[in-house]
Amino acid sequence: MRTVIFRSIAPYLTSLMMLFSIFVLLRGHNEPGGGFIGGLIAASALAIYGIACGVAPVRRAIYFHPMAISAFGLFLSASAGVLSVFAGVPYMTGLWVYPHVFGVELALSSVLVFDVGVYLVVVGAISSIALALEERDRD
Amino acid sequence: MSAVAPGATLLVLMLPFLAALAAPWLTRRLGHNAAWILALAPLAIFMHFLGFAGQVADGGVVTGGYAWVPSLNVSFSWLIDGLSLTFVLLISGIGALIMLYSGGYLKGHAQLGRFFSFMLMFMGAMLGVVISDSFLMLFVYWELTSITSFLLIGFDHSREASRRAAIQALVVTGGGGLALLAGLLVIWNITGVSQISMLLSYGDEVRASPFYLMALILVLGGAFSKSAQFPLHFWLPNAMEAPTPVSAYLHSATMVKAGVYLLMRLNPVLGDTVWWETILPLFGGTTLIVGTLLAIRQTDLKLMLAYTTVSSLGLLVMLTGFGSEHAIAAAVLYLVAHSLFKGALFMVAGLIDHETGSRDVTELGGLRKAMPITFIAAIAAAISMAGLPPFIGFLAKEEIYYALWHIDPWSLAFVAVAIIGNGLMFVIGFAVAIKPFFGPVVKTPKVAHEGPVLLWLGPLVLGITALGAALVSPVTHRFISSPMASAIAGETESVTISLIPHFGAPLMLSLVTIVFGIIAYRMVDRLRAGMAWLLTAIGWGPDRGFDQMISGLVGLSVWLTRLVQPGRLEIYMMVTFLMIAAALIGPMAWYGEWPSMPVWPADAQFHELVVFAIVPIGLLAVIFARDRLTAIVSLGIQGFAVALIFMLFGAPDLSFTQFMVETLAVVILALVMTRLKLTSADHRPTWEKAVDMAVALACGGGFMLYLLAVTQQPFNAELSDFFSAYSKIVAHGANVVNVIIVDFRGTDTLGEIAVVMVTGLAILSLIRIRTPRVTVADNDPDRNGGGR
Repeated sequence: MRTVIFRSIAPYLTSLMMLFSIFVLLRGHNEPGGGFIGGLIAASALAIYGIACGVAPVRRAIYFHPMAISAFGLFLSASAGVLSVFAGVPYMTGLWVYPHVFGVELALSSVLVFDVGVYLVVVGAISSIALALEERDRD
Repeated sequence: MSAVAPGATLLVLMLPFLAALAAPWLTRRLGHNAAWILALAPLAIFMHFLGFAGQVADGGVVTGGYAWVPSLNVSFSWLIDGLSLTFVLLISGIGALIMLYSGGYLKGHAQLGRFFSFMLMFMGAMLGVVISDSFLMLFVYWELTSITSFLLIGFDHSREASRRAAIQALVVTGGGGLALLAGLLVIWNITGVSQISMLLSYGDEVRASPFYLMALILVLGGAFSKSAQFPLHFWLPNAMEAPTPVSAYLHSATMVKAGVYLLMRLNPVLGDTVWWETILPLFGGTTLIVGTLLAIRQTDLKLMLAYTTVSSLGLLVMLTGFGSEHAIAAAVLYLVAHSLFKGALFMVAGLIDHETGSRDVTELGGLRKAMPITFIAAIAAAISMAGLPPFIGFLAKEEIYYALWHIDPWSLAFVAVAIIGNGLMFVIGFAVAIKPFFGPVVKTPKVAHEGPVLLWLGPLVLGITALGAALVSPVTHRFISSPMASAIAGETESVTISLIPHFGAPLMLSLVTIVFGIIAYRMVDRLRAGMAWLLTAIGWGPDRGFDQMISGLVGLSVWLTRLVQPGRLEIYMMVTFLMIAAALIGPMAWYGEWPSMPVWPADAQFHELVVFAIVPIGLLAVIFARDRLTAIVSLGIQGFAVALIFMLFGAPDLSFTQFMVETLAVVILALVMTRLKLTSADHRPTWEKAVDMAVALACGGGFMLYLLAVTQQPFNAELSDFFSAYSKIVAHGANVVNVIIVDFRGTDTLGEIAVVMVTGLAILSLIRIRTPRVTVADNDPDRNGGGR
């Protein structure tokens, strides 16, 4: 798999896919997309990078252990539900704020935090499996 | 009404558990002298409940409690009447003495604090059993006594015999507890009440119910296992592996009487039927005879006492079963007498063991001079056990004969049983109390001398109590016997027997018993040899049966595990897929509800037909692929085609996800294949391929039929209408699918991503399990060479 073309193009491809995955994640509330699909795209991006350039650069690039990313995602999702406790509404009730940043109204919500958590869980879990499988001993 | 607040009673019921928490800490500070402080807990309980005595003696019943699980109608509530009060006073009174005795007996033991803790926990559990008004509370405490008894029997856990005895006791009494729970639930179902205090007025209803016998047998299962009735008696002698304070407290004075307590408690509800008056006397009588005969066989002081405990429990069950006024009075008196003298005798046995180093009756003699206080206590207890005046045991035995003496074969048979049993208990009582103290001085492993006050205080106080209770019998009867007998009978009764002998049949029977006892005592060695020969000749007993049952269970579970877990992946997969196929096709075949075949759409577009055609092409590519890698990649063709179909028919989210899942599935499968070191092509024999194909077709066909059947049902649009209508309004999102995932059904999703993460962890560890610690990626350009 370590052809020159593949290895040269893989970092660009991966960056584009990561960007796209975040785009898909964020637009998910109104258009096709969302945390789960975004996570799958990001996981395949990392898998491509791993196949092309080796596992070690991937691990360096994502800095944290993928399982830790996954666990953090789960924590984030669970805490997003807990936020509603402070607002005095039942667990997991969506909360919305509309701050104006540079003159643009942004719709931020606890639901978005939850979706980011889903994204991180999927990226972390799938890529930790894929990376572990790629990282085989030489035979 | 009582001036005692319910809060105080609740606190008192929790006191043993609080003391159990403090016990290890106190013991670290004070050593064995912590016993003096810890004994204050049972003493406080004793004093607290003594405050109810006047009220209960006047026929009062005190109930109280708190809601525990209101939604299930379960409460934490107590019932204080004559029966529970007597038990509570015995448990706490003897408990205080036992705490002191434990301090002396296990002085310097490294785990003394733990021992105190277990003892106090047991005490709390036992108090709970006898005072519970609610069924479930009774059951919880009942099992708690089994568990604490397990901990105490296995206290010396480095010895195998202790561990075995502990497990045996737990299995027998814990299993009986489950039967009891079932029995109580049946009664609950019949009457609709779960409070003992309310149950008492439902006796006729229970007895008339078709489920009466079921309830009776289940309750008896609990009571007989706890109170060591034949043939479940074997755990009790084995429980003598526990330190002697445990034997004295749990296995003679209190815990083993829980079964008798239960029978007495339920007598007004379950009693007074042919079944009750047949089963109880038969089992009780058999246990009485078997227990005494086995006791004769023993030479170890503790084991002799243990088997007589078995027979005493048999006697109590037998008397409870007769249910007549005198029988209940006899049971009450004997129960109190037994707790006093058996507790004392066990403590004496432990004291002799502690001070001489032996408790084999054949190796002891002439201790009278060396241990005078012990001797007095032992004689007092033995006289009570033998049923001689002026001790409470005499009152009990007279009352027994009053109760049994009727001129009919059934009663006469039980009179004979009682005479043999009492006579043999007379023998054992004196063998334990006289043999070690009289005769020539025998050299013992340790030089015999009187024990410390902590050790002799308990037996002495119990011996004096046994005497005092008989001397002031009107007081005993007013505060203890009569209220307790009334509670058992469910109607007012008064016990009147006193030490002044009445000439009549009971006195004659007493004399017969004594004569029989004296004769048997003179030939005790020959009886012992005879029993030993007999038991060797039989060769099998329930104790052995228990071991056989346990090893049988282990064998069964090994066989079953091997059957369902053969360890071959092929078999697991085959079973899984067969079950899926059966689950899909089975119901349709059973009810004959096959879906009708779809009609060919008239307006199929060309591009749609092309996409549909790709699917079988992809499948054919999988089947005819020359090697495994090609097959895996070809599988992706079919998956992408399906994703395209989703796209064409208006499910972009689904299609999107399907694309990604297919891609990753192919990548991961390919990676797995490279690790598995399989041959590149598939070399199964043809028959195996045929079988696999059949299963695959069954699964696939099953899914097809199932989906067809589902889509042919009228579509209920309620949910989808709701979600489309409210997605934008409530959750501010236009993508209904995503809104459902992250908002409407957010909690589901949270569970699912937790599963994703845990699955990832599991797979990660599966991959790592055989990989060497240092791993190197085969295409890692930054690899630093010296990795392996």
